[in-house]
Amino acid sequence: MANRTPLYEQHLQANAKMVDFAGWDMPIHYGSQIEEHHKVRQDAGMFDVSHMAAVDIKGEQAQEFLRHVLANDVAKLQQPGKALYGCMLNEQGGIIDDLITYYVAPNYYRLVVNAGTREKDINWLNKQATGFKITITVRTDLAIIAVQGPQARTKATQVFPAPVRSALAILKPFHFLEWDGWLIARTGYTGEDGLEIMLPVTKVAEYWQKFLKAGISPCGLGARDTLRLEAGLNLYGSDMDDTTTPLESNLAWTVALEPANREFIGRTALEKQLQQGVKRSLVGLVLTERGVLRGHQKVVAEGIGEGEITSGTFSPTLGYAIALARVPANIGAQCQVAIRDKLFSVRVIKPPFVRNGKKVFE
Amino acid sequence: MSNIPSELKYTASHEWARLEEDGTVTVGITDHAQGLLGDVVFVELPEVDAEIEAEAEAGVVESVKAASDIYIPISGTVIAVNEDLADKPELINSDPYGAGWMFKIQPLDEEDLNELMDAEGYTEQVVSEEH
Repeated sequence: MANRTPLYEQHLQANAKMVDFAGWDMPIHYGSQIEEHHKVRQDAGMFDVSHMAAVDIKGEQAQEFLRHVLANDVAKLQQPGKALYGCMLNEQGGIIDDLITYYVAPNYYRLVVNAGTREKDINWLNKQATGFKITITVRTDLAIIAVQGPQARTKATQVFPAPVRSALAILKPFHFLEWDGWLIARTGYTGEDGLEIMLPVTKVAEYWQKFLKAGISPCGLGARDTLRLEAGLNLYGSDMDDTTTPLESNLAWTVALEPANREFIGRTALEKQLQQGVKRSLVGLVLTERGVLRGHQKVVAEGIGEGEITSGTFSPTLGYAIALARVPANIGAQCQVAIRDKLFSVRVIKPPFVRNGKKVFE
Repeated sequence: MSNIPSELKYTASHEWARLEEDGTVTVGITDHAQGLLGDVVFVELPEVDAEIEAEAEAGVVESVKAASDIYIPISGTVIAVNEDLADKPELINSDPYGAGWMFKIQPLDEEDLNELMDAEGYTEQVVSEEH
């Protein structure tokens, strides 16, 4: 039987259409994916992301360990209460997973990793932990709700007691606060303002209901995918995997090569790739004609080479199709995509497509 | 369970066909099909006057989730397409058997409709797919 999150019953009550996602029974939508998408762009929506895993890394060498296994440098987190996005790489520089690291307290960090990679990640972390004075704990006692949209913080804040409300009002992006075993972060995966809330499994159904009463609409994984794609945020397993490096995945900004003496896993491979020149890059494509770009469609850049769409969709905000594609690094401003044996001209842009409700590319 | 009107004929590929009083046949996709596809965003329809053989491709429905080919249920000539779908493809979701119709054909032979499934047969197919 597929895994279920502690909100499974809430989803059924809200008429969710449930699908299998990485071995989990998850809501794909609660009626209309497009309406849920617009809710998040214009108002406030919430996602059950409890299938993702929170992993606590504790111990006197916690920082040292993470500086070894992550391509971004957690030493950038100088004060507890800050979060950092980055990749965990294999020796070849391939991406094992992308994740957010939360600096909870000295000698205490939390990672939140993807559902589809949780076993692989935990095995890898345990393997690398040999010789480090740390403990690794998967927090199966926590659920995660992402509340996203321009009104998300205002609406979500209402359900909390006064001291939490005032702390949330001044919480900066990529910062978080702790409250009674909760971790509330101003992060997300939609290109909108909002919060990602880790809370005890025993409390999650109660608070899901409170968020509903506060006017926050439940949204499924379908809307989550179109929102993240508009925001130009990669999906692990589609836009990147163990065979692609961050340099080929529009994630060079998450790789901390300074200080030069930090020996993180994958560093040698990335330096070699930089030396030889990065041959492929992940770009955005825009099709303004009728038609929808989809994953695995072929990209043709005449006289330059070929590539492939890694994820594509109809953009509900823009009203036409957009995609991420891995293409030759020297691609120009235009190329073509084969949709059902017919070539369509598309524009090449640097993602994102949409941020804070608005189109952001020229 | 999706809506399967008893007076229509159905294909295994989830099109419905309705014989009109003037002998033409209206075609669309079923409620079950639109539910599987999710929000429809583009529809490609056949050319008016095109002569199409039964089970040949007659168009494409693109939803946010997937693209799905539409097959013509019986041989005939396309005499009209639903122009409203260009601006309002979501009619296929909201009213698959009404305002979301896709095209009308003049059948080569009306009797061909008897080759299609009735509501009972199609219901059986949908039930078996849902389990």
